[in-house]
Amino acid sequence: MTGVSLLDVEDLRVRFQRKGQPATTAVDGVSFSVDAGEVVGLVGESGCGKSVTSLAVMGLLPRRGTSISGSVRFDGTDLLALSPSELARRRGRDLAMVFQDPMTSLNPVLTLGRQLTEVLRAHTDLDRAAAKKEAVELLGRVGIPDPRRRAGEFPHQLSGGMRQRVLIAIALACSPRLIIADEPTTALDVTIQAQVLDLLTTLVRESGTAMVLITHDLGVVAGTCDRVNVLYAGRVVESAPRGELFAAPRHRYTQGLLAAVPRVDAPEGTPLHPVRGSVNDRLAWEVGCAFAPRCAHADAACRVPDIALSGPRPEHTARCVHPAGTPLEVA
Amino acid sequence: MTALDALTPQAPPPAEVTGGGGAGPWRSAWRRLRRNPAGIVGAVIVLLFVLVAVLAPLLAPFRPATSEWFGEVTPTSVPGPSDEHPLGLDSYGSDLLTQLIYGARSSLVIGVVSTAVGLAVGALLGVLAGGIGGWVDTVIMRLVDVLLSIPSLLLAVSVAALLGRSPVSIMLAISAAQVPIFARLLRASLLAQRGQDYVVALRSLGLRQRRIVVGHMLPNSLGPVLVQATLTLATAVIEVAALSFLGLGDPNPAVAEWGRMLVTAQDRLDQAPWLALYPGIAIAVTALGFTLLGEALREALDPRSGR
Amino acid sequence: MLTLVVRRLALLVLVLFGLSLLLFAWVRALPGDPARALLGEKATPAGIAAVNERYGFDQPVWQQYLTYLGQIVRGDFGASINTGEPVVTTFFERFPATIELSLAALVLAIVLGIPLGYLAARRRGGWLDNAVVGGSLLGVVVPVFFLAVLLKYLLAIQLGLFPTSGRQDARIDATHVTNFYVLDGLLTREWDASWDALVHLVLPAIALGSIPLAIIVRITRASVLDVLSDDHVRTAEAKGLSRAVISRRHVLRNALLPVSTTLGLQAGALLSGAVLTETVFSINGIGSYLFDAVTQLDYPVLQGFILFIAVVYALVNLVVDISYGVIDPRVRVS
Repeated sequence: MTGVSLLDVEDLRVRFQRKGQPATTAVDGVSFSVDAGEVVGLVGESGCGKSVTSLAVMGLLPRRGTSISGSVRFDGTDLLALSPSELARRRGRDLAMVFQDPMTSLNPVLTLGRQLTEVLRAHTDLDRAAAKKEAVELLGRVGIPDPRRRAGEFPHQLSGGMRQRVLIAIALACSPRLIIADEPTTALDVTIQAQVLDLLTTLVRESGTAMVLITHDLGVVAGTCDRVNVLYAGRVVESAPRGELFAAPRHRYTQGLLAAVPRVDAPEGTPLHPVRGSVNDRLAWEVGCAFAPRCAHADAACRVPDIALSGPRPEHTARCVHPAGTPLEVA
Repeated sequence: MTALDALTPQAPPPAEVTGGGGAGPWRSAWRRLRRNPAGIVGAVIVLLFVLVAVLAPLLAPFRPATSEWFGEVTPTSVPGPSDEHPLGLDSYGSDLLTQLIYGARSSLVIGVVSTAVGLAVGALLGVLAGGIGGWVDTVIMRLVDVLLSIPSLLLAVSVAALLGRSPVSIMLAISAAQVPIFARLLRASLLAQRGQDYVVALRSLGLRQRRIVVGHMLPNSLGPVLVQATLTLATAVIEVAALSFLGLGDPNPAVAEWGRMLVTAQDRLDQAPWLALYPGIAIAVTALGFTLLGEALREALDPRSGR
Repeated sequence: MLTLVVRRLALLVLVLFGLSLLLFAWVRALPGDPARALLGEKATPAGIAAVNERYGFDQPVWQQYLTYLGQIVRGDFGASINTGEPVVTTFFERFPATIELSLAALVLAIVLGIPLGYLAARRRGGWLDNAVVGGSLLGVVVPVFFLAVLLKYLLAIQLGLFPTSGRQDARIDATHVTNFYVLDGLLTREWDASWDALVHLVLPAIALGSIPLAIIVRITRASVLDVLSDDHVRTAEAKGLSRAVISRRHVLRNALLPVSTTLGLQAGALLSGAVLTETVFSINGIGSYLFDAVTQLDYPVLQGFILFIAVVYALVNLVVDISYGVIDPRVRVS
């Protein structure tokens, strides 16, 4: 990596401990970084730890029963070391988040305008009237028709897609330097998904905001991200520039994921290949490759503790003992 | 759903963990119930209460409401505990322990009968409304709404005014207040099941609506009804006492009834506070028993409801 | 919103109409000569004649009903058979005491219940939470009248901290304008009268307040727990709002919706409880009036009482529904 990144997550581990139950490790040493203005994808199946990673970065995990270690450096300061109120001052202003479910992520009893102005009022010196004006402006920017009237309405009066636009407006309100979008389109109708994704990426690119895009959908990544991190069982298993990842995936899991995506340009009749098994059949990383039980290429060599990320170039690394052919082979 | 819930893998249902032959829903509910200390306390209280009520003639040292020792009670004092009367006398000159024991009996009888009547009528209305639907449903539910909108005290006063002061009036008043609760419960339960796959499957097999409702849907509603009935018994015990406290029960002031005993005790609060304390505690403990048992049953039958 | 009010008022009129029909039939259904049944043991030839004249028992039934309806509409519920006083007059003398007590209890329950329920939920599993859950269970199972007797014995009789009975010390020569004693003192600037009435209210209000308190605490706690796990609270946190703003604007405000509905349902229980509490503290409210009416089967009073309470009850619920619409925009629109 060149110089200091905007966001630098290193060896992040999150464990949940609930009374009467064994502790579960949701994030098991995730490292990735995001440069200013860059759009980085975090991809993986549900349960791989991507949402928890984002909540940990934002400091939004419940305090009780959660232990977090590692470091999350944002612009040089370790967010994990900040006090709750210091962190709250940065949330919404320096880094913001767009959530998965627009139907439940807005407060049903407050007007949309109010939910926008309260971020502005918390982090800027705008007075009530100015904040209101800015809120209407923001609603217009995210493509909500008749924003002045809509500002006085309540969430239930809007469709899911419109609500997600409002959540995007809220995230962008204070021009943060980083936005974390957690499955921002998953809960929407397929026809709306593309529109909302387009809007999000356009706004982010225009304003030069960096974004972490969390998704299980490689299709979403393909059109938006500069770089992609593939997560499996709480660790990054492959990290690569977008083009390289799609052209020459090295980790067998990434390969599997790509094979499971339907492609329009594939010849008719090409079968899809689902990744067999589920995330629940996994090894502890301390024992061997967590993906080994589902991997067609796994052998005894895969059962070594803590396999490291490696690759011919630092920009493209994979955590695999038997990686798919080198880029040369593919080319 | 918190982040935690979303992430921890779904715990396998408890029945599979503990194994054991034939882990039906009732059996696993029973197992959960046995492990709930509050539920056990409640069950013990309820059991004791029922035993005392049923065995009253054997347990009580004397006959109730006799005013046999009325001569020993003076305007300024009520005899306290003695060898003959372990808790002393009440202000009408009956043995206090005997009065308390028979008080359990009358609470149980009135409470159980009124709940049984309320349950029977309410369940019938609920099943008709939920099972038949259409205009029957509309008419019944409007009726239930009206019944629900009448404060229970008003209901009780009206019934007592109509039938005179007697335990039967109290029973009727309490059951009238319970009818809407059970009617709504059963209707809601039936409606919730109507759309379920198994009902659709039964219908596709050509089963008659009545068979489906009576043979399949009703048994599935048994759990919530049982829970509600237990909780209702707790309020019934308090209501019985409240209505007889207001003088709607037996006109005889010396009757062995907890609420009534509390009323008469008030005149001698400064000289014999225990006269009020014992029946009051008896009412509270009994209500506590039914409440704890009911809550425990609810949690046992629906593990997710625990909070 | 306006349609809601109009529709509810129309429904109320309908219910009252039905109720009046029932009450009318009720007296007619009493066994034997209606006039004699009405008067019971107090029947004298002169009394029977008077009753016959008032109710027109010698006229056709439909005409009797119209007469009766006309009287009700004019607010004429007849006179108590026991005291001879017009029912309406007695109501306006006594009802303020009951309302005053109920309001005091309700205010106490809300002021204590909502913060306690909120704090219990926020510190779930802590000592306060356990105390609150246990306490609300006790509040449900200990009957109001027993609590009232206990409080009276311990704090009034034994410790002498509060008066044992009544609404005001008889030695205070207070002017009564509205019959709400606390308010009267404020209106006439007789501060000591207000204060004394307030002191008399403390124990009854605590006893009566125990029912709504237990329920408010429980519902608030459960509701706050629900809201705390809602996604929109996480959104508010992600916005970097202060803890206080999140608690007030995003948690408490949403959590109070179910609490406000429950309050409406409590009106009936509060009324029954007030009647019981009044009996213990010898407060001359509606309770003792009703008690006498029931024991002596004073039909005009009972009829009037039933109609009156039905109206009050319906109005309270209407107010609750309206306030519900004010806080919850989803209700307001539909």
